[in-house]
Amino acid sequence: MSEYAIEVRGLTKRFGDKTVVDDFDMQVPKGAIYGFLGPNGSGKTTTIRMMCGLLTPDEGQGTALGYDIRTQTRAIKARVGYMTQRFSLYEDMSVRENLEFMARLHALKDRKAVVNAALEEYDLTPRAKQLTGQLSGGWKQRVALAAASLHNPGLLLLDEPTAGVDPKARRDFWDRIRKLAAQGVTVLVSTHYMDEAVQCDFIAFIAYGHKLIDAPASDIPAAVGLTTWRIEGRTLSPVYEALKTAPGVDQIARFGSAIHVSGKDPEQLEAALAPYREQEGLEVSPAKTGLEEAFIYLMTGREGGQ
Amino acid sequence: MSDGSQGSFARVLAVAAKEFVQMRRDRLTFAIMVAIPVMQLLLFGYAINSDPRHMRTLVEAGDWGPASRAVVEAMETSNYFDIIGRVDGAEAANDALVSGQAGFVLSIPPDFERAYARGERPQILLDVDATDPIAAGGASGAFARIVSEALSPETHQVDDQSPVEAIVHRRYNPAGRTAVNIVPGLLGTILTMTMAMMTSMAITREAERGTLETLLSTPTRPIEVMAGKIAPYIAVGVLQTGLMLVLALGLFNVPFLGDPFAFAAAVSLFVLVNLSLGFLFSTIARSQMQAMQMTFFVFLPSILLSGFMFPFAGMPGWAQVLGNALPTTHFIKAVREIMLKGAGLPDITGELWPLAVLFLVIAALALSRYRRTLD
Repeated sequence: MSEYAIEVRGLTKRFGDKTVVDDFDMQVPKGAIYGFLGPNGSGKTTTIRMMCGLLTPDEGQGTALGYDIRTQTRAIKARVGYMTQRFSLYEDMSVRENLEFMARLHALKDRKAVVNAALEEYDLTPRAKQLTGQLSGGWKQRVALAAASLHNPGLLLLDEPTAGVDPKARRDFWDRIRKLAAQGVTVLVSTHYMDEAVQCDFIAFIAYGHKLIDAPASDIPAAVGLTTWRIEGRTLSPVYEALKTAPGVDQIARFGSAIHVSGKDPEQLEAALAPYREQEGLEVSPAKTGLEEAFIYLMTGREGGQ
Repeated sequence: MSDGSQGSFARVLAVAAKEFVQMRRDRLTFAIMVAIPVMQLLLFGYAINSDPRHMRTLVEAGDWGPASRAVVEAMETSNYFDIIGRVDGAEAANDALVSGQAGFVLSIPPDFERAYARGERPQILLDVDATDPIAAGGASGAFARIVSEALSPETHQVDDQSPVEAIVHRRYNPAGRTAVNIVPGLLGTILTMTMAMMTSMAITREAERGTLETLLSTPTRPIEVMAGKIAPYIAVGVLQTGLMLVLALGLFNVPFLGDPFAFAAAVSLFVLVNLSLGFLFSTIARSQMQAMQMTFFVFLPSILLSGFMFPFAGMPGWAQVLGNALPTTHFIKAVREIMLKGAGLPDITGELWPLAVLFLVIAALALSRYRRTLD
């Protein structure tokens, strides 16, 4: 068996004359948490659906957990947990009923014990009798994760699992994902949140159906090749406006009382910043390029290129 | 100014304009809104006739001569009766009525001609399938007058006394009670409504709420989803049938003369047809609302063209063709034959095979569409 939980090459999917995913390659090492990033409508969901056998790719091939994603979809479905973007369990059924139903679809043995264990594991026992439609976003997401991992899948595909969930619930959710990964489960998770992306071992960035970059999370800023400076001070608005169009500045973003300025060419960037170095009340210092800067740079570059 | 009455009117306009935009987006709803009044108007205007003519009539001639010929010719020229042929013997005549091959059988007794010539005022008998009192009413009411007028010129009789005694025998529903006829029809329309609508909505609901994706992300096969979703509604259909049957027999004294097995066969087949129809709708509709509207689109003609509310025989040819394409038409006919005329399985094969064909066609269509919608 290969060392990859997912290995796909040249995946392409068209809906009508629109190519949603174009020549997509990806290798997800076993046991990794793999972040799948990209703007809305970039083809993340379609790619995930092809990987778990819900959609047949128009071109390309690959395997999930060693099974062919074209011909062995049932074997894949039996071993993969898929959590949809939208809550898609039955809102007019209770937490327990939903979990028992999923257990029956997977033909699990000792159904009752499995469901009870999942309820305990996800702290859902007190809410077992509640209808899932009455739960808040964070609790729904927890039920969905419990349902997706009920059959002990070797691979979890999570499609924007934390959209619309409060920060505390998100943190709790990521604790659970790390716990699952520690047990050897491979996790592919798509997200918009940079604080979540940072927690991934690997990141692939997809935009408009194309993969722009894929690397270990810590290598990404360097791989993009941006230099970043930080300007702190009180009257930042004029500085921001002036730098926005300055040569050498590829990206500028405001963080409260600071501005982050990034550029591909370090010398040009320093030249642009020079007038502000000596200015009263402003403090200019080198900063580390973050994931967010890297991704926004990649996205704007892509848009400009089209 | 903006919260004055002028502003209020502007907001009403804004909401109305928005409503039109949404109406235009939902093309199916819009099409149905336009199609339903047009369809209704055409059907009521052209297809429905509560004084039907051209009823299929057989002649059982125990005797044949000038007087018999005059009667039969007068019946044809009256437009009420279409003579479609002859039968031999009372048993064959009865079979033709039970299976619905003919609505009327004219029996001319042996020795009719001689008795007539002697002025003995012989009897002439019209057997009528009176399950539907409206359909049978016009023709059977006109029969005595037609007979008398046909024979009066020959006898040159001037008084009102007719030269033969015209007897009308209203079979299966002698009292002309509408309940007796309505109940089998109601069973058909209610099963159409609930079976087709409930399945189409139940399946569309899964797609609308996204739960179908959860189902399909498990090893469950699409065909297993389909079978599992449809099975409970078969039980619902059986329950509805049982309930209506108990009420019909208990409250309205509707007779049940025929073979219960034939009845069960007709109901099962009909339920299957409607379930597959509902399944077909669910592969087309994108929302539960659309699924409901599509059901209604079939439900309306099922009421109007199936012979449920208006006599089937009274409809023009094209409307009968349309009616014959509806499962409800065949079901209602079969159930009336079983319950009211005492028909058995062999008598209703003529209604069962169209149902079977409809089921196969609809199910094949639904399955091929269902496979496609997954990708």
